[in-house]
Amino acid sequence: MVSEHSDAPGGDSAALALKILVAGGFGVGKTTLVGAVSEIRPLRTEELLSEAGQSVDDTDGVDHKTTTTVAMDFGRITIRSGLSLYLFGTPGQDRFWFLWDELSQGALGAVVLADTRRLEDCFPAVDYFEHRHIPFVVAVNCFAGARRHGATDVSRALDLDRGTPVVLCDARDRDSGKEVLIRLVEYAGRMHTARLLDSVG
Amino acid sequence: MQMTEDMTGTPSEEGAAEEGSHWYDNEAGPLVRPYAMTGGRTRPGPSGVRFDLIALVTLDPGAPAVDDAPLGPEHRNLLDLCRPETQSVAELAAGADLPLGVVRVLLGDLLELGCVTVSRPVPPAQLPDERILREVIEGLRAL
Repeated sequence: MVSEHSDAPGGDSAALALKILVAGGFGVGKTTLVGAVSEIRPLRTEELLSEAGQSVDDTDGVDHKTTTTVAMDFGRITIRSGLSLYLFGTPGQDRFWFLWDELSQGALGAVVLADTRRLEDCFPAVDYFEHRHIPFVVAVNCFAGARRHGATDVSRALDLDRGTPVVLCDARDRDSGKEVLIRLVEYAGRMHTARLLDSVG
Repeated sequence: MQMTEDMTGTPSEEGAAEEGSHWYDNEAGPLVRPYAMTGGRTRPGPSGVRFDLIALVTLDPGAPAVDDAPLGPEHRNLLDLCRPETQSVAELAAGADLPLGVVRVLLGDLLELGCVTVSRPVPPAQLPDERILREVIEGLRAL
């Protein structure tokens, strides 16, 4: 008999881990944000893809087998003994989207990092989380030299659902990153409550 | 997701590249196909447990003596990593420097043998209660 057990919801005795995803375009600062708030140096896990990778990779004319490695960087924040938060940077390339389904299973929510100089890079992530009803906040990483845009402008440009928070942040800054996470957890809580009310109403 | 690393590639097939040094990389050391460590298995054992990235792995205090168990060095390495404190699957993969798929198979073995217990994370689409979320927010503020 396999001794896998499920944590009792709210049980103090069982250790609980929560997952937050950090998504956004390539080079927008996902790992930087994870590193800024994580208590450990961001770690890297790798997933090997062979068949799945081959179906999308153009391997014509290449006679050796391809095994693609997709890396995911992650960090951890221990809230207290037995309660920790894990932050996962999602793979940046669009062709690894199928990995997101696994990553987003049971996730508390997501941070979509955006760069106003190439806002379109975060459209796929916004679409993904909206369609799956995963609570997310858009965090605009204010790069030096980038023109400042207000949160409302970004919200309008992304055509976000009403209520989806947009936060201006500096992904390198710990306090700024903390603030983004706090906004996300608050929002996830509100979304959850609203859904519960919906289901009883 | 299908994780079927092809294990049929034997050295004789691959070695046709005429490079004897093909199997040793100066920087990385000996090249071993990752799923060789699992005996070619790409999925966890008969229980078919799918370990989430943040499933927490704890050494089972009532576990049989490790010395008696049919464990490979990679299995033992995972157990050693769990010894100081509970580890998530992702942390184990990073700590052992093995791909996630491989770690999942090895953990399946350890679970079958009763060496570890694995906690399932919060079920999909079900958030922890408000009290825990408040705790998280307060914890983040206090960082």
